[in-house]
Amino acid sequence: MIFFEDTKLGERHTLGSFTFTADAIKTFARAYDPQAFHLDEEPGRRSVFGGLAASGWHTASVYMKLLVAYLKDLAEAAEARGEAVAQSGPSPGFKNLRWPRPVLAGDTLTYTYEATAMRPLASRPEFGLVLGTTTAVNQRGEMVFYFENSVFLPRRNPVV
Amino acid sequence: MLLTFEDFRPGHFATLGPRHVTREEIISFAAEFDPQPMHLDEEAGRRSMAGGLSGSGWHMCALAMRMQVDGFIGRTDSLGGLGVDEVKWLAPLRPGDDITLDVHVDDARLSKSRPDTGIVKIRAEMFNAARTRLMSIVSNGLMRRRAPSSSQA
Repeated sequence: MIFFEDTKLGERHTLGSFTFTADAIKTFARAYDPQAFHLDEEPGRRSVFGGLAASGWHTASVYMKLLVAYLKDLAEAAEARGEAVAQSGPSPGFKNLRWPRPVLAGDTLTYTYEATAMRPLASRPEFGLVLGTTTAVNQRGEMVFYFENSVFLPRRNPVV
Repeated sequence: MLLTFEDFRPGHFATLGPRHVTREEIISFAAEFDPQPMHLDEEAGRRSMAGGLSGSGWHMCALAMRMQVDGFIGRTDSLGGLGVDEVKWLAPLRPGDDITLDVHVDDARLSKSRPDTGIVKIRAEMFNAARTRLMSIVSNGLMRRRAPSSSQA
């Protein structure tokens, strides 16, 4: 995890890629979103999606999976350089999540994060709030996922 | 009978649950999608701001989806979700929580581009058994109308 002070607005981070297999789509859907077009090929083909489609919450959860792995790599690299490693704070939530196109079985998504705004917190001097946007594109470069996230990051030198 | 756009009128729509959430499923979801220590390990949870093992916020979103699919989306002539305006994570989900979801229709309007459908804005609020509000989620769904031809303005 990085400190609030390490955040660079506008810098794009490629978090990683993930291929949505039919098995993974169905497993997630059986647990959390058991609608026919997420569970089986045939209803998927007949639906507005035109094929077995991943639950939108599956697409979103994979973002978190890739983010955690990306931050773990950053933390390990910082540790190897002998630098301090920050523990991320919680997220208060997010806004404007969109699924502009379906994610179909076999699609490979690449997720990218960019910080767009940051401000210190008067109420919590040990943290700063960082706003950002996350997008995912499929193997054809079409945007399939977008949202505006927020996270509390620890200050390197808290003003207390 | 399938629910259609006409069945979603502004106001309180349904209270869903309670749904019991186990420690095992909190850890299982986190292990796959959000493997941060405070979602996997009691001791790490205690050291975190949540002050104990807590469920991933994305797990809370997924649970809210499942409760809504079981509660009404599964018997609604739905054409899918259009997106989420806002999610607020207000308090941690804990192992053993019995969660309920209060579902409100905030707005229901006809689609301009697809006259056989309407857009329903739904606000779902998740509570634990002590009625602490854990999460609020405002989303928009596209739903088919019952008799579009006969009710055209």
